[in-house]
Amino acid sequence: MTSALFIEQLLNGLQFGVMLFLMAAGLTLVFGVMGLINLAHGALYMVGAFACATVANATGSFSLGIAASIAAAAAAGAIVEIAVIRRLYTRDHLDQVLATFALILIFSEGTRWIFGSFPLFLDVPELLAGPVMLPGGIQYPLYRLAIILVGGLVAVGLYLLIAKTRLGIRIRAGESDRAMIAALGIDIRFLYTVVFALGAALAGLAGALVGAIQSVEVGMGEPVLILAFVVIVIGGIGSIKGALVGAILVGVVDTMGRFLLPQFFQIFMDNVNANSVGSALATMLIYILMALVLIVKPKGLFPAHG
Amino acid sequence: MKIKSILGAGLVGLSMIAGSAMAESVKVGMITTLSGGGSGLGIDVRDGFMLAVKQSGNKDLSVVVEDDARKPALAVQIADKMIQSEKVDILTGIIWSNLAMAVVPSAVNQGKIYISPNAGPSQLAGRGCHPNYFNASFQNDIMSEGMGAYANKTGLKKTFIMAPNYPAGRDFLNGYKRFYKGELAAEVYTKLGQKDYAAEIAQIRASGADNVFVFLPGGMGIAFMKQYAQSGVNIPVMGPAFSFDQGILKAVGQNAVGAQNTSHWSKDLDFPGNKTFVEAFKKEYGRLPSLYAVQGFDTASLILSAMKKASIKDTDAFRAAIKEADFDSPRGKLKFGNNQHLIQKIYVREVIKEGDIYTNKVIGVALESHQDSYAAKCKM
Repeated sequence: MTSALFIEQLLNGLQFGVMLFLMAAGLTLVFGVMGLINLAHGALYMVGAFACATVANATGSFSLGIAASIAAAAAAGAIVEIAVIRRLYTRDHLDQVLATFALILIFSEGTRWIFGSFPLFLDVPELLAGPVMLPGGIQYPLYRLAIILVGGLVAVGLYLLIAKTRLGIRIRAGESDRAMIAALGIDIRFLYTVVFALGAALAGLAGALVGAIQSVEVGMGEPVLILAFVVIVIGGIGSIKGALVGAILVGVVDTMGRFLLPQFFQIFMDNVNANSVGSALATMLIYILMALVLIVKPKGLFPAHG
Repeated sequence: MKIKSILGAGLVGLSMIAGSAMAESVKVGMITTLSGGGSGLGIDVRDGFMLAVKQSGNKDLSVVVEDDARKPALAVQIADKMIQSEKVDILTGIIWSNLAMAVVPSAVNQGKIYISPNAGPSQLAGRGCHPNYFNASFQNDIMSEGMGAYANKTGLKKTFIMAPNYPAGRDFLNGYKRFYKGELAAEVYTKLGQKDYAAEIAQIRASGADNVFVFLPGGMGIAFMKQYAQSGVNIPVMGPAFSFDQGILKAVGQNAVGAQNTSHWSKDLDFPGNKTFVEAFKKEYGRLPSLYAVQGFDTASLILSAMKKASIKDTDAFRAAIKEADFDSPRGKLKFGNNQHLIQKIYVREVIKEGDIYTNKVIGVALESHQDSYAAKCKM
């Protein structure tokens, strides 16, 4: 194993983590501020990918596609919040899970009804296509580097938004005491819609970015959703910082596990068994990580509420 | 009741006068995947099947179609309903091997004929073969066996092989290893449904392999091919046809050009039945057919050709008539082996750009009249 391979895998883990962060940030905000479990977050990711593919194919411009993905997911998020989610804040978590699960089915079948059952075409833009040579002789896809960069920018942007703006102050206030900020005359309903749309927009952006290197198809959001939940549980529910750290931790551990575990088992097993045991264990690794984190810190790494 | 039985007797009498090729109605129950992940496959099978029914103009064949949503429990329920209340004569349609294993053994033991338009699990080809079970598609292993044989022919010596970690994934890699004589650079199993292959592509880059054999059906294949093209690794990619079929190529585009894949059918095969099929399918549905559509078409053609020769009431004669496969398939003349799976030619295809669309072109033959490796275990 060369160091170039090792560094390439670290970059892969980082890129995967950044992508998970985009998903987890919205999920953790919605849970932290409104106390809502939103299973339909993956559906918004799918909306973003489909909007990006449709617009990019129609106009030939990937940047317009990205803009469309953010706009479409935010709009879908706002509509869903006003039409359905708003009625769920006072209900218990089981009702929320049931209602948002229904939303998954509605979004999936609706998308199939409009776009059909075959995956859509979405490729990386010409400008970001192909690999680049990094120092140290590492060849790495330019597009994945761009995802890392975008994720970094979003993390900084979110930090500034939450820490430095009036909206951010309201969001934080909403997290710690809902009744009080309503009493102070802040339109809490509007704030909730904005937060939900913001989370949806981030999911849509993630869907569009990932759609270009994976596949744009119905049901693409749910596997990512599960990972995003793992991330926010590890990071501490409601904490953006926790989501960032958790996402990168999960991304790196998962990637390195897939790469290193089979090799590790080859030391004392024959190849076929080592591959099979190693890859089976690698798929469980992040859940083991989650269990370990919860043993040491039951509320996650950076709990939002003390 | 009495009138009915007299009428029935009269009808039997009439049909005997009319001769052996009389009009006897046959009811087919199709259980296939029309919603959820992988529904593109079920839709193609159904459309291919219906095209053959429509072309024949045979009013005695009726078809009921139901969606299994890729859920084994649901497929079993539908099968029970079709057998008990709809009283179908023949079942077909299942795409996935795990669903087939849940439905087929019980259906054929209840005396129903089942013709598989896609799934070909090894259990049903070997010891579990049954006189009522026909496979009009392929046994799971044969495509990768073909690729292994082709790798030997073209002098490839070091292959990186990869598949999802589930039974069919292991079958496909074992099929390749059964025929391939060279060395393996690595054997990698990924999570089923995995969409990010950055870690595996990095391993391929570092492996020094001279080709890569992957079995990644559906969205997994789309994701892999796109990421592979972006990575700058230029080791040739090979695989069974499923990752390179018409429905998939639309979503992969330029990234798949040059990939070699094995298939029992290709759009450019020079059979009279193939040309008319491709034209008719395009005209009817406005898209190019996939291999799943061909399998659906052949399944219906088998039933239609058997209906001309025998009565569904006479199971032995009807089965024998299916086995004759007396029609021009898009794959040429079909031939069944002892286990009622097809003995067929495995072609090697390459992904090309033809005008504006991405499609496959035949570049060689991997195996001539190949029978699956489980046929010997079938006592029929």
